Amino acid sequence: MSEFLNFLSSANTQWVLLGSIILGFASGLIGSFVLLKKQSLIGDAMAHATLPGVCAVYIIFNVKSIPLFLVGAACTGLLATYLIQAIVKHSRIKTDASIGVVLSVFFGFGIVLLTYITKNTKGNRSGLDEFIFGQAAAMVKSDIQVIALGSLIIIIVSALFFKELKISIFDPQYAKGIGLPVSLFNLILMGLVVGIVVVGIQMVGVVLIAALLITPPLAARYWTDRLGRMAFLSGCIGGISGVVGTLISTAGDGLPTGPLIVLCASVIFLVSLLFGARKGLIIKAVRTT
Amino acid sequence: MNALTIQNLSVTYDKQYALEDVNFSIPEGSLTGIIGPNGAGKSTLIKAILRLIPTISGEVTVYGKPYKKQRSLVGYVPQRSEVDWDFPTNALDVVLMGRYGHIGWIKRPNKKEVQYALDCLKKVGMEEFADRQISQLSGGQQQRVFLARALAQDAQVYFMDEPFVGVDAATERAIIKLMQEWKEQGKTVLVVHHDLQTVKDYFDHCLLLNKKPIECGPTSDVFTMDNLQRTYGGSISFLGNNQVMMQGG
Repeated sequence: MSEFLNFLSSANTQWVLLGSIILGFASGLIGSFVLLKKQSLIGDAMAHATLPGVCAVYIIFNVKSIPLFLVGAACTGLLATYLIQAIVKHSRIKTDASIGVVLSVFFGFGIVLLTYITKNTKGNRSGLDEFIFGQAAAMVKSDIQVIALGSLIIIIVSALFFKELKISIFDPQYAKGIGLPVSLFNLILMGLVVGIVVVGIQMVGVVLIAALLITPPLAARYWTDRLGRMAFLSGCIGGISGVVGTLISTAGDGLPTGPLIVLCASVIFLVSLLFGARKGLIIKAVRTT
Repeated sequence: MNALTIQNLSVTYDKQYALEDVNFSIPEGSLTGIIGPNGAGKSTLIKAILRLIPTISGEVTVYGKPYKKQRSLVGYVPQRSEVDWDFPTNALDVVLMGRYGHIGWIKRPNKKEVQYALDCLKKVGMEEFADRQISQLSGGQQQRVFLARALAQDAQVYFMDEPFVGVDAATERAIIKLMQEWKEQGKTVLVVHHDLQTVKDYFDHCLLLNKKPIECGPTSDVFTMDNLQRTYGGSISFLGNNQVMMQGG
């Protein structure tokens, strides 16, 4: 027990926990908008598509530099998102198939690059692995500052434009009719998703960061019928998952952080699915009998 | 004074004309029914006027000035099927959206705006449903929420896309009452409508449309068997008995 308290009082742990709360809150918040816009899978594709970007940057510059990784991740993530929409616009392929194609091509390419790195860079791949699959214990104060600052900006932007994002998602035609630049707000939302994916991959990993966008709002939706409350609750669920996952991971001797965070969010989702006050299965069963 | 003038408006879908060279104008304070067969481009016309879809040509003037400058004067009631009614929001919140143009960016609605929205709900007989999640409203009630939102917008020219589809009698009365009020206040209303039986009762002006305007003018002049035949072409036969009734009325 005292060991655990010692561990909690370490400055680095506190930084990591702070980072995981803010990141979890920001992704839960953005996730609410993404879920209602029915674009959760685009977030997933975007996250997977950051892998080749990170690897390519590592191959080209041959350094482990977090800012460079983030730039690489943002580039391929955005490219993938653009391609998904371009395919839908210029062909008869529907969004789901388009997402499937783009996700697998980018992720496949990323894995190829990753294998190349392992074979050709004299085994010095450690650090990259952690970046890709998420490892909170390996993070230092400067990493956390990037995460915290990025998340904070994302939270502020979505709070400022809450009303505009809401109407652009609920009724885009009407929003255009009253003169709101709906495509600008779609772009802002896309930018926020890229932002959260890019700052979050280091903690949660490219494979699972999307789950942190999708699961908290899904859980929150079972408790409320108001967007504001849902977004806030979803943020809290994301924050709690972040903290608990990170705690277990750092205390539990190198267990991967990303999967643990996502497992926490999933447990909260399951509880909400069953006991949710608005749409939970139990309350529905009670009402119909 | 013309509230609305449309010149050379054309829209294409997949290289086929959905609307071809549409020209017409609507006098201030009129209630206009936009009538035409399925696929005639009635909803497309409204969306093209409001710049919700791309057009290949066309100018829209509202009270003598380009639409872009007069946007705040124009209100829109979309078809109910165009939004996700499972969205986590309540009736009052949807009506408040009608005030967003007045409130401006970033700012939150204040008490005055909320009261305004509540008054609008009251006018369509929905005040007791203000807190109701929108998915738990009936089709007619949802339509009245949309009406209240349009009311909250306080526009001069209103476009309504099939407001009477799938609504109960109470809602139908609410819509008609509201249209009359708007007319009395000198506002101009254009409604996509497809129940030919009620055209003469509801509208003082008609736009008969089939890809291009067939006729546009006072209902008593243009709503004739002959013009309907030209608008509906071969499909006029579905009118059946109404046809006789319309000629008699």
